[in-house]
Amino acid sequence: MNSEFVVWFDDYDPAHKPRIGGKNASLGEMIGAGLPVPPGLAVTTEAYETLRGNTRLASEVRALLAEIDLDDPVGLRSTSERIRSTIEAVGVAPHVEEAVREAYAELSRRCNEENLPVAVRSSATAEDLPDASFAGQQDTFLWIHGADNVVKAMRRCWSSLFTDRAISYRHETGHDHEVLAMSVGIQQMVEPTAAGVAFTLNPSDGDRSQIAIEASFGFGEAVVAGEVTPDNFLVDKVILEVHRRTISPKHTELVLSDDGDCVVWRNVEPERQRQPSVSDAELIEIACMAKAAEQHYGTPQDVEWAIDRHLPQGRNVMLLQSRPETVWSRKRRRTVAKPNSGFMDGIVSTLLSPVHARGKAATSTEGEDGRDGASE
Amino acid sequence: MAERFPSPFDAEVPPGAEGWEDLYTYSLPFSDDRRDYEDSTFWFQDSIHWADPLTPWEATWYEYAIASLSQYNTRHYLIPPALGIDYRVLNGYAYLSPVPVLDGAEIEARVPQFMERAGFYFMNWDDLYDKWLIKIKALIAEMEALSFQPLPDKEDMEVITEGRGMGSGLTIQEEYRKLLNLGLKLWQYHFEFLNLGYAAYLDYFGFCKEAFPNIPDLAIAKMVAGVDVDLFRPDDELKTLAKIVVDDGLEAQLAGGLSALEGTSFMDHWDSVKEPWFNFSAGTGWYHTDKIWIEHPEIPLEFITDYVARIKAGDDIARPTDEIRKERDRIVDEYTALLGSEEDKEAFQGKLGLARVVFPYVENHNFYVEHWAHSVMFRKMKELGDVFLKEGFFADRNDVFYLKRDEVNEALWDMYSAWAVGTAARGPVYWSGEIGRRRGILAALKEWSPPPALGEPPEVVTEPFTIMLWGITSDSIGMWLGAGEDDTADLRGFAASPGVVEGPARVITSADEIGQLQEGEILVCPITAPSWAPVFGKIGAAVTDIGGMMSHAAIVCREYGLPAVTGTAFGTRNITTGTRLRVDGSSGTVTILD
Repeated sequence: MNSEFVVWFDDYDPAHKPRIGGKNASLGEMIGAGLPVPPGLAVTTEAYETLRGNTRLASEVRALLAEIDLDDPVGLRSTSERIRSTIEAVGVAPHVEEAVREAYAELSRRCNEENLPVAVRSSATAEDLPDASFAGQQDTFLWIHGADNVVKAMRRCWSSLFTDRAISYRHETGHDHEVLAMSVGIQQMVEPTAAGVAFTLNPSDGDRSQIAIEASFGFGEAVVAGEVTPDNFLVDKVILEVHRRTISPKHTELVLSDDGDCVVWRNVEPERQRQPSVSDAELIEIACMAKAAEQHYGTPQDVEWAIDRHLPQGRNVMLLQSRPETVWSRKRRRTVAKPNSGFMDGIVSTLLSPVHARGKAATSTEGEDGRDGASE
Repeated sequence: MAERFPSPFDAEVPPGAEGWEDLYTYSLPFSDDRRDYEDSTFWFQDSIHWADPLTPWEATWYEYAIASLSQYNTRHYLIPPALGIDYRVLNGYAYLSPVPVLDGAEIEARVPQFMERAGFYFMNWDDLYDKWLIKIKALIAEMEALSFQPLPDKEDMEVITEGRGMGSGLTIQEEYRKLLNLGLKLWQYHFEFLNLGYAAYLDYFGFCKEAFPNIPDLAIAKMVAGVDVDLFRPDDELKTLAKIVVDDGLEAQLAGGLSALEGTSFMDHWDSVKEPWFNFSAGTGWYHTDKIWIEHPEIPLEFITDYVARIKAGDDIARPTDEIRKERDRIVDEYTALLGSEEDKEAFQGKLGLARVVFPYVENHNFYVEHWAHSVMFRKMKELGDVFLKEGFFADRNDVFYLKRDEVNEALWDMYSAWAVGTAARGPVYWSGEIGRRRGILAALKEWSPPPALGEPPEVVTEPFTIMLWGITSDSIGMWLGAGEDDTADLRGFAASPGVVEGPARVITSADEIGQLQEGEILVCPITAPSWAPVFGKIGAAVTDIGGMMSHAAIVCREYGLPAVTGTAFGTRNITTGTRLRVDGSSGTVTILD
């Protein structure tokens, strides 16, 4: 049940957006649209407000901000660290902490797992800018379990409004530090066999009939952060066939530690490095999900996904995030049809310049990727 | 990588095949008379239609077909950038070369004429196609009515009483000339629509590729594919017959062959559909050795037996036509929705609409021409062979195919003349030695491995029919030039039908061997024929040496949902039966696993 400090993703209403930030709102919206998003909740900006209501803290932060010299990166970093540790040192208001602990317990109950591992994410917002993702570093804490750790991670999300990068960015763009607020998302975390991103168009040429999928073993942060060269696939959006695959050697993966306590980097065994990180059936599932997200939003999307190790095939592909694709979507689309031309003109120009002669388009599947030895 | 293909003039004559050139009309072999042109031109082997060396008489139909194709490009519709396709025979194998119009001004001058002429056909397509169906059926009926009878000891009394004033020796010569004329006419009809059909399809294809650069060829083809296609009708009838066997409990009779089925509901249906639908060749329809279902009922009966087993195992073998139709509509709707503007949606609908108008011809003509009409033509020629056999010219009715088309006229003259004069013909002695010699040459030619291409590679391939039908693109030429150096490398070809399958290979080089295929094996062959459809329920995947996106193999593989890679060039050469393969029909790769 929603409260002043908690909005459950599955009870999301667009009116909640200013209180939970763009990222959380989008998770709520996707759950509402029936997309397979892991369950979770947002700790609202009101919770963060209780911190800001602490006048002693507010004035300390204000004083520290005042001494910042943007031309001195070393000084900036140390001031940023001081602001953040000041914020993290202040206790969370008891009624807020109780609400968060209760919500976390409820989420654990819903997922039938005590001390449910969750991802804790910042979701910044401002009164007039419901999606203020620009304003803060998007901190994500992975595989947090136990109420104490969740509360701790939430405080670090709050303080992440004041990383050196966020501060200087706001300075440069003229945004006021004061109007910002922070919501925090707490979401069940799946342990993935593989994870990655998907674009509902081909990023290399803007072809909207394609879904490009990047995938690697383990947690998706490996792909998002660019730590590995992921496998790359092109799936046709309409006939849902994988028709180009580039399998990259994947040397490392982000996985759960042996004791299941935290997420660690590990070397991938040599014999597994050149194995595809996802099966064709999984690729089709991912593509269908990305396509559903695009249909819901009505515009090309850039999604993050993961394959839950503990769910059966067919129900194991999870959508972690969906954002509008920004590069091709902003370009004006070229009209292919020639103006005022009859059908015979089209045929004549085709004969004079067959598409096959213009390059290697004759067989779309004979892309260069497949030939460089990188394919499976 | 080599810079050019071997010269046709450097090809060695296989031992025992010396003098092969004389088996063909004088204009067919490469010759010193045209050496400059022939040596500097690009030639590709057509193993889609003529995978084996041609007998002298079979070469007739090769010449008729390619000349007819060319005539429409060059003289009827004036396809602006393309004249015909030049053709030769090397060591018995068919080699083709598209002839471009090189002069820009001439191309320009052909454009308005093309627009007027081709435009007329496009505007009146359905009416003209209806007429075509009437024409082609009338032609086949005329061919069916031809009769080759042994010459009588004496003419019938009616010849005298009706005052006919001519005899059987003239009739048999006339009948043969009629057969040749009907054959050339058949091939003229064949190309009346095909080139234009391909042009409209390519225009639609090009639009799809421009709007969606990565769209699979398969998706483009699916949007125009017909649901009720005459080419699939023979296979559909086998399924109906299999259902009759199961429903009416006729399995025991089926095992006994057609005679055991006499008087059953099976036979009623068989008799009602065998004409024309079982005039279906187990091969490509180009060879007298290709088996025709109606003459070899054991072939369809074996397929029916397989279908019966599948029905009894609970498989639904019927083609889900409603689902195919719905799926086709869904695909069209989704691609339409992905287009960026109303103009594009309109243009797409227009081009798709025209492609769908022309496509029934593209899909169906093959049944009428290569299967039905060719079946009749070969039957008639075998009847003629029987006449020569009876007169002692031949030891086998099929010896007739070892004569050139005009030599048949000479032999008929010899036979007629001896009959007229009342003396012995030279033929029996002359032909028995000569046919033996020719059979030896053909056997030696069969041992030769024809290179996929000869001569100078072109910078780009632009002739649309070469691309559509034969799958010859700048890419495949590059592949041929680079390949052959490493026999163990992966093979690449067209992604003709999607899916990934692993399994043991079964290399099949002729239709007679398809019975060897075991459940789950991967069929590796030069090219599949439409009549092989029934084995597709059994095999795991198909790999062919040759084939473009509109090759019969590609159409049938898609129809039956079978992963397939076509046009690998070296599949049958580099793969041996039993080798484990991974066939990726989505990306067009074949990996040799061991």
